[in-house]
Amino acid sequence: MTKEALLMEETKDNILQTPLWGLHKNLDARMVEFAGYDMPVQYKNGVKNEHIQVRNKAGLFDVSHMGQVLITSINGGDPAIALEKLVPSDIKGLALGKMRYTVLLNEDGGILDDLIVTRLDERTLYAVLNASRKYADIDYIKAKIGDEIKITLQDDLALIALQGPLAEKVIMDTIMPEVAELGFMNAKYTDYRGADILVSRSGYTGEDGFEISVPNELAEDLAKELLADNDKVWAIGLGARDSLRLEAGFCLYGHDITENTTPVEGGISWTIPKHRRENASFMGANKILRQMKEGVAQKRVGLMPDGKAPIREGVEIFDNTGENKIGVITSGGYSPVLEAPIAMGYIAIDEAKIGTTVVAKMRGKNFSCKIVKMPFVSKEK
Amino acid sequence: MSTNTIYFTDDHEYIQIDEDGIGTVGISSYAQQQLGDIVFVECPNEGASFNVGEEVAVVESVKVASEIYSPVSGEILESNEDLDENPALVNEDPMGDGWFFKISIADESELEGLKDETEYQEYLEEIA
Repeated sequence: MTKEALLMEETKDNILQTPLWGLHKNLDARMVEFAGYDMPVQYKNGVKNEHIQVRNKAGLFDVSHMGQVLITSINGGDPAIALEKLVPSDIKGLALGKMRYTVLLNEDGGILDDLIVTRLDERTLYAVLNASRKYADIDYIKAKIGDEIKITLQDDLALIALQGPLAEKVIMDTIMPEVAELGFMNAKYTDYRGADILVSRSGYTGEDGFEISVPNELAEDLAKELLADNDKVWAIGLGARDSLRLEAGFCLYGHDITENTTPVEGGISWTIPKHRRENASFMGANKILRQMKEGVAQKRVGLMPDGKAPIREGVEIFDNTGENKIGVITSGGYSPVLEAPIAMGYIAIDEAKIGTTVVAKMRGKNFSCKIVKMPFVSKEK
Repeated sequence: MSTNTIYFTDDHEYIQIDEDGIGTVGISSYAQQQLGDIVFVECPNEGASFNVGEEVAVVESVKVASEIYSPVSGEILESNEDLDENPALVNEDPMGDGWFFKISIADESELEGLKDETEYQEYLEEIA
């Protein structure tokens, strides 16, 4: 077996640590390098059990490696005016405390990152960027709209996600008694030991849940408080974070969406509201609007293999005859809830209809798969 | 060759030799622990022949696929069909019910290149 497969601990120099690194070590996490950080991939219960814990109860994730930025305008106006040049969603129209998922675009309509933007006040936006993209995003935003806005990386803040059906109850009993009033994709400050911490109702698991932006020096205390009832809440590693988001049909940046895919191909053109399509006033609008009108050659779909073998990223997909290559897998793994392999990938548009049978070629063999609707698993409430 | 002897590769496969000189191959306890939850094992077909070091099986955890290399040259006599229904046997009992396949040993001298149990334990301490 290969060293990578065994998830060997990295002994890399200059690897970064989040404020919860010591907690991970105390919890006997298996650590791996991710986006330059030493991060927990799993704890002692293992990926499958951690995954099920989040679906049934609640789990805590350290996502402090992600980039938390503040965007303010230089002339005192609304920074959304400038940001909308780079993202196709409605940012100007975001009411106070509302959040929105969007994408950062290049001139060809390719996706440079996906991010969530929150309006803190009339003059301030807060955004969370992918860890692997944060420095590149900031450079890009500065280069394109740096004469209109100021963007600041808040590396004095940690980010903790609490996800799962019991998350609300846990937040209510610990840090925010009024949390039930906080709606999905809304954010609100609350006091924690004299500091303002930002609690938002959002996440990356397909469950109800929260992300909490907290000063570094309070992060471990907060995490321990949320983890106190270890029947309700477990610490969850990046392994289950990935299997949870895959079941929920969410894109992983750099895999399912990249600078070579547009929001239309990626199946996320719902991020572009009508008035922004009409104005066409965002980066890459020409190509994106043309694709919306004329269609795309390929698009992102969900796939389920008929057998039990997982099909992984990079596996090539062929049509039913097994002769014509029609696409490639961009994320693939195993669904602990369905107890079956699941995957997503880009497939030629003629073969991308739900129910189509296609063939994955792996290790010289053919594996029959069906194109299916996503999410693979949705919460039943 | 002594009976009921177990050998290990540097890649964490084991081969247990029974009194008839048949080898049972699987992955070590250390390997299953490092891989995490195993969700699928692709075993070789009976009657197929493999050379030492050749890719013979695949084990998949939630996260990754990992190749299994044959510790010896020989012919596959039996694959563990229980793994089709219950791949978690590899986690639960890697050196017992979680075996992958049985192989005839074409050249006993190949075993000399493998580690015995003591050497493997020392090796694990080295790489830890």
